[in-house]
Amino acid sequence: MSFARLALRPAAFASRGFATSAVAAKHVLPDLPYDYAALEPAISGKIMELHHAKHHQTYVNSLNEAEEKYATAVNSKDVKAQIALHPALRFHGGGHINHSLFWENLAPKSASGGAPPTGALAESINQTWGSYEEFKKVVNASLAGIQGSGWSWLVKDKETKQLQIVTMPNQDPIVGKYAPLLGIDAWEHAYYLQYQNRKAEYFSAIWDVINWKAAEQRFKA
Amino acid sequence: MQTGRYTLPALPYAYDALEPYISSTIMTLHHTKHHQAYVTNLNAALSQEATDVTSQIALQAQIRFNGGGHINHSLFWKNLAPAGTGEARVEAAPRLVQAIEERFGDLGKFKERFGKTLLGLQGSGWGWLVKDAEGRLEIETTKDQDPVASGKQVILGVDMWEHAYYIQYYNNKAAYVEGIWNIINWEECEKRFLGQSALSL
Repeated sequence: MSFARLALRPAAFASRGFATSAVAAKHVLPDLPYDYAALEPAISGKIMELHHAKHHQTYVNSLNEAEEKYATAVNSKDVKAQIALHPALRFHGGGHINHSLFWENLAPKSASGGAPPTGALAESINQTWGSYEEFKKVVNASLAGIQGSGWSWLVKDKETKQLQIVTMPNQDPIVGKYAPLLGIDAWEHAYYLQYQNRKAEYFSAIWDVINWKAAEQRFKA
Repeated sequence: MQTGRYTLPALPYAYDALEPYISSTIMTLHHTKHHQAYVTNLNAALSQEATDVTSQIALQAQIRFNGGGHINHSLFWKNLAPAGTGEARVEAAPRLVQAIEERFGDLGKFKERFGKTLLGLQGSGWGWLVKDAEGRLEIETTKDQDPVASGKQVILGVDMWEHAYYIQYYNNKAAYVEGIWNIINWEECEKRFLGQSALSL
């Protein structure tokens, strides 16, 4: 499969008929690299469709709006307006970044979804947590411990190269010190139609569609 | 089976009584699963012995989240009522409506502003109409299950967690917010405004 398909593509944007901006091309919703129903039974087609076509699309639209306002504020040197826009950029920009990574780090079983990690990343996971099974338990505990909306991430410390599991509230993205390798969405919209309040079942099922090839690429980068 | 200090309060109406604005499935899950889990986890947290400050602080986060969940949902059930009943008529809250008009211009403007606040929440949380210590009405939000700060009287709370509407409205939370005005228990809101309704937990 091609990871380039999910890169944010300013070029595609003009061809979709959006008006171009003098400042920068707008963000667009990336295509999913698989069908909406391809992750069943772990994640239903209905969830995937709403999650991608509605939720992710809204983050993209709201990010573009916020960036436009931000550009205006920068041009007019209105620093207060710039600062006031930070929460919107963080939330909608984070939502766009997080979901783009999420779609990529999932895959249908037919495309090796659920196949355990291999190579250097597998080694590093074993060194850090003892085994893949133990690692999954720790991630699932972190997901279950999120109080509200948020994400759990396997990250690499950019300096020490050590692996770590971190949780982030709402749509706060992984930036700075850590590089995101694998993200799991623990917002209720990610599972509620299928699992309702039984979120532990979602956390357990999602390992069947984790795309470790994507995480391995990110680990190497 | 050990009985905890806190128990799930009964709903003051049937699970399907708020239809079509909130479906019976949502109400059943919300009350018997979500609220019950907050009660269960609150009792579990309170029964733990924390003898050193580190574990005490860790427990506080559990008590805040689950205790907040119990308080918030208990308030929420009571400030809802089946559409078309006397309680759900805005005329049941004459003093409160007068105060709302003084503070926000008119009821429509208040609803608009409250709705905008609800839709602006980033992540899980609640929107509230409260009366502060000076007796002033304010619209505020709390994140996750944080309860409204003590010293403020809750008049009206609306749950903006996705589990409160998702099965029925999906991502269209604006429709949930619009619909909920039909099932506000204005009589209860009036009592809270006048200080005549104490929440027993």
